[in-house]
Amino acid sequence: MWRYLIPGAIFVVLIGFFVVGLSRDPANVPSPLLGKPAPTYSLLKVEDPQLKVSNTDVAGKKHLVNVWATWCAECRHEHGYLLQIASEGIAPIVGIDWKDELPLAQQWLSQLGNPYSATGFDVEGRTAIDFGVYGAPETFLVDERGIILCKRIGAMTDAVWQRVFKPVINNQAPDKAAMDAKTTCIS
Amino acid sequence: MYKLIAVFLLLFTSVGLSSLAWAVDSAPAFEDAQLQARYEALTHQLRCLVCQNETIADSGATLAGDLRRELREQLAAGKTDEQVLKFMTDRYGAFVLYKPPFEQRTWLLWLGPALFLLIGAFAAVRIVLQRARLAAQQPEDDEKEQSETA
Repeated sequence: MWRYLIPGAIFVVLIGFFVVGLSRDPANVPSPLLGKPAPTYSLLKVEDPQLKVSNTDVAGKKHLVNVWATWCAECRHEHGYLLQIASEGIAPIVGIDWKDELPLAQQWLSQLGNPYSATGFDVEGRTAIDFGVYGAPETFLVDERGIILCKRIGAMTDAVWQRVFKPVINNQAPDKAAMDAKTTCIS
Repeated sequence: MYKLIAVFLLLFTSVGLSSLAWAVDSAPAFEDAQLQARYEALTHQLRCLVCQNETIADSGATLAGDLRRELREQLAAGKTDEQVLKFMTDRYGAFVLYKPPFEQRTWLLWLGPALFLLIGAFAAVRIVLQRARLAAQQPEDDEKEQSETA
């Protein structure tokens, strides 16, 4: 009896481990920054390099921080949707232009449209490291106190914006069904 | 046999030593040998999050380069290894460490091998005892069987 039961049980347990382990995408690294204060930054402004972009500019406001770059194909794909979010006027979007070239970034914004309230030029990638960024695009939702509420890895989608970020901005619970492994919020 | 083991040991240690040499940096980061050793040890403990199966010592990704720069600057500024590793885990979580810390999420990972060893040892002892008892009960049959299979 045990002769068959034990290997069978081990088999089932192993399959369980494989199903869970293999269905997880290791590209989605959970951020330790959720619920913590967003990092501070003071960067050259892409739109006008005479000026600076700082986290104090949006202090006291719920806002998005979107990390992008002209070398990032997914960012181009996402850009149109960011313009739509900006047009809704619910929350300003601060851009962090990550390890980019200034003329290319300026050209990008003038050609594709500028959804950002301001874009910081993070040429050395230090602000991106402070945000725990390891790929672009990534989008953070930061509240009035400067606490990170949500993080989206990869392009923002309609479902994530409408059913996760927007409810959280309105102090409502996010729709769990719309939260995939690339979208995390503080609970 | 001992010779073979010795050869294997030599091979393994030489591989281990050669991987300590700087792989991506074109020159040592520090003139101070002690700082350089700490720098190399730390780069081998940190994961490149872009190409996740590489340490930042081996990875050519730009993020790995940025993290190595961060390491160099912090070591030069006199930060301890613990402070530097905390800087990394504060931003990227425990996943950035190649050696995961022992915590609630990882206890099975750490204790699993010992657990399996215990299960295996238990099974082995049981089987051996069972066989010994069987052999003691039917010595003649057993001998016969052995001579047949021999």
